[in-house]
Amino acid sequence: MKRILFILPVVGFAVLLGVFFAGLGRDPRALPSAFVGKPLPAFQAPPVREGDAGLSNTDFQRGEPVLLNVFASWCGPCRVEHPVLMRLRAQGVAIHGLDWKEDAAAGAKWLVDNGDPYIRVGSDPTGRTGIEFGVAGVPETFVIDRHGKVRYRHVGAVTSDVWETKLRPLMEELRSEP
Amino acid sequence: MSAEVGQFALILALLLALVQSVAPLVGAWRRDGVLMAVGRQAALLQGGFVLLAFGCLAYAYVTCDFSTALVARHSHTTQPLAYRFAATWGSHEGSMLLWVLILAVYGAGVAFFGGTLRETLQARVLGVQGLVGVAFLAFLIFTSNPFLRLDPAPIEGTELNPLLQDPGLVLHPPLLYLGYVGFSVAFCFAVAALMEGRVDAAWARWVRPWVLAAWAPLTAGITLGSAWAYYELGWGGWWFWDPVENASLMPWLLGTALLHSALVLERRGALASWTVLLAILTFSLSLVGTFLVRSGILTSVHAFAVDPERGVFILGIIALTTGASLALYAWRAPSIRAGALFQPLSREGGVTLNNLFLTALTATVFLGTFSPVFIEMLNGDKISVGPPYYNRTFAPLAVPLLALVVFGPMLNWKRDEVRKVVQRLRIPLGVAGIVLLAAALFGGLKGLATAGGLAMSAWLIVGSFAVLGRRWWAGRAYLARSVATTPRSVWGLVLSHAGLGMLTLGITGVTSWESDKVLNMRPGETVEFAGRVLTLQSLEMAQGPNYEARRGILIVRGPGPDYSLRSERRFYPSAQSQTTEAGIRVGFLGNLYVSVGEESEQGVIVRLWHHPLIVWIWIGGFVMSIGGLVSLSDRRLRVGAAVKARTILQPAAAE
Repeated sequence: MKRILFILPVVGFAVLLGVFFAGLGRDPRALPSAFVGKPLPAFQAPPVREGDAGLSNTDFQRGEPVLLNVFASWCGPCRVEHPVLMRLRAQGVAIHGLDWKEDAAAGAKWLVDNGDPYIRVGSDPTGRTGIEFGVAGVPETFVIDRHGKVRYRHVGAVTSDVWETKLRPLMEELRSEP
Repeated sequence: MSAEVGQFALILALLLALVQSVAPLVGAWRRDGVLMAVGRQAALLQGGFVLLAFGCLAYAYVTCDFSTALVARHSHTTQPLAYRFAATWGSHEGSMLLWVLILAVYGAGVAFFGGTLRETLQARVLGVQGLVGVAFLAFLIFTSNPFLRLDPAPIEGTELNPLLQDPGLVLHPPLLYLGYVGFSVAFCFAVAALMEGRVDAAWARWVRPWVLAAWAPLTAGITLGSAWAYYELGWGGWWFWDPVENASLMPWLLGTALLHSALVLERRGALASWTVLLAILTFSLSLVGTFLVRSGILTSVHAFAVDPERGVFILGIIALTTGASLALYAWRAPSIRAGALFQPLSREGGVTLNNLFLTALTATVFLGTFSPVFIEMLNGDKISVGPPYYNRTFAPLAVPLLALVVFGPMLNWKRDEVRKVVQRLRIPLGVAGIVLLAAALFGGLKGLATAGGLAMSAWLIVGSFAVLGRRWWAGRAYLARSVATTPRSVWGLVLSHAGLGMLTLGITGVTSWESDKVLNMRPGETVEFAGRVLTLQSLEMAQGPNYEARRGILIVRGPGPDYSLRSERRFYPSAQSQTTEAGIRVGFLGNLYVSVGEESEQGVIVRLWHHPLIVWIWIGGFVMSIGGLVSLSDRRLRVGAAVKARTILQPAAAE
């Protein structure tokens, strides 16, 4: 019986090694883009701001392209992109937010402290809604066209550079689409 | 020319490593003194040749020899000399060469300093170390050769990643590798002991200095890495639970456990097979730490190039070293004699609890780091694990461990009594209680976590010095003498534990009272923040040696004399990338952290942070590391003259 205890480490290690070998071929940076080109999944996220309606997939039918920004107050790069989002909002770009993997109260406090660039904000404390979109981490930003279809997915902070070279041209193109 | 010399030196080192792995193992088996001596010479020579190879690469970097492919990829003539030198280990190949260099130097160290070891044990340790050396030299030469030539040679190289052009980088990887690779010695001792079938107090006494020699630089390296992330990444955070950070934290946690369990093994002969297992696992996690980020299994902001072929090689090495040693453990460890018995409330019991908590913490970090891999394997979902996971799992395990730290050294070996322990600890208990009450009165119920953190810091710092107090009180009749004869290992213990208290203080301060503000500012505008008045004095272009910068200067008026802070956004034209240099005013009570961002019509975005007490995080880390070194300086003397020292040792030593 005691001997089994000593064999345990090597058995556990063998299992681990199998997983690593199986995981070797994949590229950790390759992210699934299954939703690009497809309509948004149906979802209903509770509000972050008190007395607000939260966020659902019907909020994207505004007759114009919308950005969906997935963020969290605990995320470093979100601080980097936040001022850029504030500026975009001031310029009239439509942005919805999804507060990912934290309590709504923490998200609400963050918006009060740092400014609120979002038209609608939903809370996703468990990350379940994020899974629907295939969110791998925060921040991520999706471009959604006027028919509610996901058209582009950006992983990482939205910097001025990203906005100018990637998102803005796409948004303008979508605006002129029928 | 230097590249060819380096290449040749590496091949010779590989051949010597082969000799070093075969000769002493056969020699120890046949009790052949000549073969064992060959192993020692091979280890010393191997160290010399790897050092020569490293020198050749460093020379190529410093002289900007762009005909060497690696140099062309990570160096540039405008790069300052210090960074051209540091770039030697800024790439995958170069950092592997540094890794192998440290391995070879430790091997030579065992050959050189190991004169007091049992000859067969030393031979087997060197043999195992030779095997590890063969694996990594082969990996270096066959998959990551740093000396490949480029024809025709380019006139100018590509710059090293500007994020890495920083004094932190010059020291960070060497310190980390000293730690990671240092644990290889403990690993080799463990495997050699399993071969011999003998794990005893003498073995632990030989292992402990090597563990300390790895633990102290690793502690300093992790601390430096945290400080580097703080001032260079420009996010104002000090720990991000990034896979690379976790990879260095896991061997540190297990290495700390090893340090303590080896102490019990040395003094009481208990926990023998557990200590051996810890030694194997600690080095295995070091391997995981160095390599998984290079194999493409995990990604991170610090990750090196992903290459599946290298990944297979690396996993093969891990499979062989860890797999073979664990198999050997399963076979030989059951026959290791169980040590002396002890009561639950005793020094041994305390260390056992410490080990349980540290192992559980390691498991927590391990799961957090690798669960994305496992979960994707199971159902294809991509998930990411963020700080909320660690806040819920790591913190609840770390807090009781911190509370335990003070008890450990105040417990007697074998058995103790609750009443006597409390009596011994009445001063730190009292101080912590007063701090808790005072802080809770000021902070109210909401500030209870803060009050708890402050009380814990007081408990740790005062409690660590209580060890000295108890020792000196016992010898108060000859106070000067008992102060002077306090062993360095006791000083080391006190410093390390007190350092942990400073770390706790820093973490409590910054998590409780951190404040920040983001705003647009134009030159001349003023803002009030954290009790200070900040004015953006100027915003101008500046020219560095290999970058252009947009530099903002802020004047800070507040309590104390005025000062100015400078933050830059640097653009490196040849690397085509941008970095942010934060302006930081460091103070014992708190840091003021300023970084300038994007510019727009409304002015420039300025981010302000106030981080109370944060500097104690790094002071604590370095104090812990210094504690390790102080203790090491004692150990080495004692190992050097083991027999003599024992007679001087006082029987009632309260260490």
